[in-house]
Amino acid sequence: MNWSKLELRKARTPGVLLIFLILLATLTLYASPYTVIFVTSIFMYIILTVSWVIFSGPTGYISFAPAAFFGVGIYTSAILGTELPLPIVILTGGVISFILALFVGALTLRLKGVYFTIFTLGLVELSKHLLLWYEIKFTGTRGRFVVLVDNTTIYYILFIILVLLLLTSYLIRRSKYGLALRSIGESEEASAHTGVNVNLLKTFTFALSAVFMGATGAIMATRWTYVDPYIAFNLQYSFMPVLMSIFGGMGQLYGPVLGAVIFTMLEEKLITEFPYYYMLTIGLILLIVIIYLPDGLVGLIQKWQNRSPEKQHVTP
Amino acid sequence: MLVTILDIVIAGLLLGGLYALIAMGLSLQYGVARVLNISHGEFIMLGGLTTWTITKSLGINPFVSLVICGPVAFILGYIIHQTLFKRLYSISASPSVFESSSMLASFGLMFIIQNIALLAWGPEIRGYSYLAFPVHIAGTLFGANRLVTTGFAIVIGVGFYLFLARTRTGKAVRAAAQDPTTAGLMGVNINRVLALCFGLGAAMAGIAGMLISMCYPVHAVMGMPYTIIAIVVVALGGMGSIPGSFIGGFALGLIGSIVTHFEPGLALVAYYLIFILLLLLKPTGIMGK
Repeated sequence: MNWSKLELRKARTPGVLLIFLILLATLTLYASPYTVIFVTSIFMYIILTVSWVIFSGPTGYISFAPAAFFGVGIYTSAILGTELPLPIVILTGGVISFILALFVGALTLRLKGVYFTIFTLGLVELSKHLLLWYEIKFTGTRGRFVVLVDNTTIYYILFIILVLLLLTSYLIRRSKYGLALRSIGESEEASAHTGVNVNLLKTFTFALSAVFMGATGAIMATRWTYVDPYIAFNLQYSFMPVLMSIFGGMGQLYGPVLGAVIFTMLEEKLITEFPYYYMLTIGLILLIVIIYLPDGLVGLIQKWQNRSPEKQHVTP
Repeated sequence: MLVTILDIVIAGLLLGGLYALIAMGLSLQYGVARVLNISHGEFIMLGGLTTWTITKSLGINPFVSLVICGPVAFILGYIIHQTLFKRLYSISASPSVFESSSMLASFGLMFIIQNIALLAWGPEIRGYSYLAFPVHIAGTLFGANRLVTTGFAIVIGVGFYLFLARTRTGKAVRAAAQDPTTAGLMGVNINRVLALCFGLGAAMAGIAGMLISMCYPVHAVMGMPYTIIAIVVVALGGMGSIPGSFIGGFALGLIGSIVTHFEPGLALVAYYLIFILLLLLKPTGIMGK
């Protein structure tokens, strides 16, 4: 009696997920162009946020590097977009970001705490100003034009990247690598003593999260048609994933997704009419979450679930 | 040739004095209160825009705003520490957890202060002319306002150094920087000292903003680059060291001036490159332990 109920509950989550995926996969058939573009923005932020959480969630290293990898993807698209077919451009964006992250990670992941954070902040600014100098000095112009791609293609490519990312993230969480990553977050020394190759694992995971950011940058560039270093390496793309993950909570996979969806919707509604109030609210929410909700929305939902007696025997 | 070199050096020192003043406040906030304050540049912006408003609307000497910018920024910083960071400190499990969460909180503060300023002043770039007449030094011309700014930064630096070295409160600050728990056991009111440091850091940023507004145009989103420069200087000079801030500030000013002379577009690139190399090779800074 009891187990069949449990089975049902187990089957329910994947079932809901499947319906949701089918709805999203067929979105362009029934939704308005506006909705498709809007959902594309949501996808972009979910990808940036979830891939940020792959590395920073379990290890606790706060990285402001997403804008650097995203920008690398954008410029890959701007430079190669006219010469190579789109899938190869996107793949190249991911691979170049991966290599950059591997290099940066190997150099810097021995930095602890805030030193690592300010290093990543410096990395974004360095890339931006170096590129700006190069563009003005050698090409004579500040920006570049990017090949146009229609909205449906952008939507589906981001959808594929998102599904791959969620799958990767889910598998990492379940595997022993996820466990090893979390042990690094708890205590690096203890983790090293239990046989975890701390540096290799950190560097590789950092690079893995950069792949998705780079690929997303490469496809998003085609939507903007014109990019310059200030647009491509905008720190906004570093700040938002951090904010969205903290707000959503990093304990569960759905946390960062929830955070990204809520903030993108808020942004869509508020940024054109009340841009300053929107950013002001973001700051306030961040403070409130840090002080009162250290586990984000996920923590809140779990607390609420544990309180209802029906669920109690399910949680191990 | 000699004149050119002198020219570069003096320009670098003038820039460096300002950098040192900006960095000193952050160094105090991070070195003692353990808050890597990302919103540091926003206090600079508030100081700059307040000075602009006072000078433009009331038509009085910008130095008058010293009596407003300094104390108001101090009170603001003191209150922020007593409400926000004190609470964060008490709920954080370890010092490193506090460092991360306080940095993120200061990042929230940055959004709040910046957008309040945008609502109050709008996004326009503001400037006024004060002491803009040229002064001859070693055969080249420098704006009098730049000289005043650097002189002022040095006066504040020396005054603050004496405060830390000679007064009883200064001793408490140094004790809190070394070991807050033990300092607390020795009778130092640790919360008050940390809030004092945070407030003083904010006050220095406010005064730096006032001085910056005399030389450069100011606007509501000017804060971030100054925050990053302050972080670079603090990393260069060592966290929590006042002489370090000055050495770091002058070093960065000189580097900036030299690079600007040869390749103007690369000055910021040089700053970040130095910063990144420094973090990799000697994360404790030149004067750090």
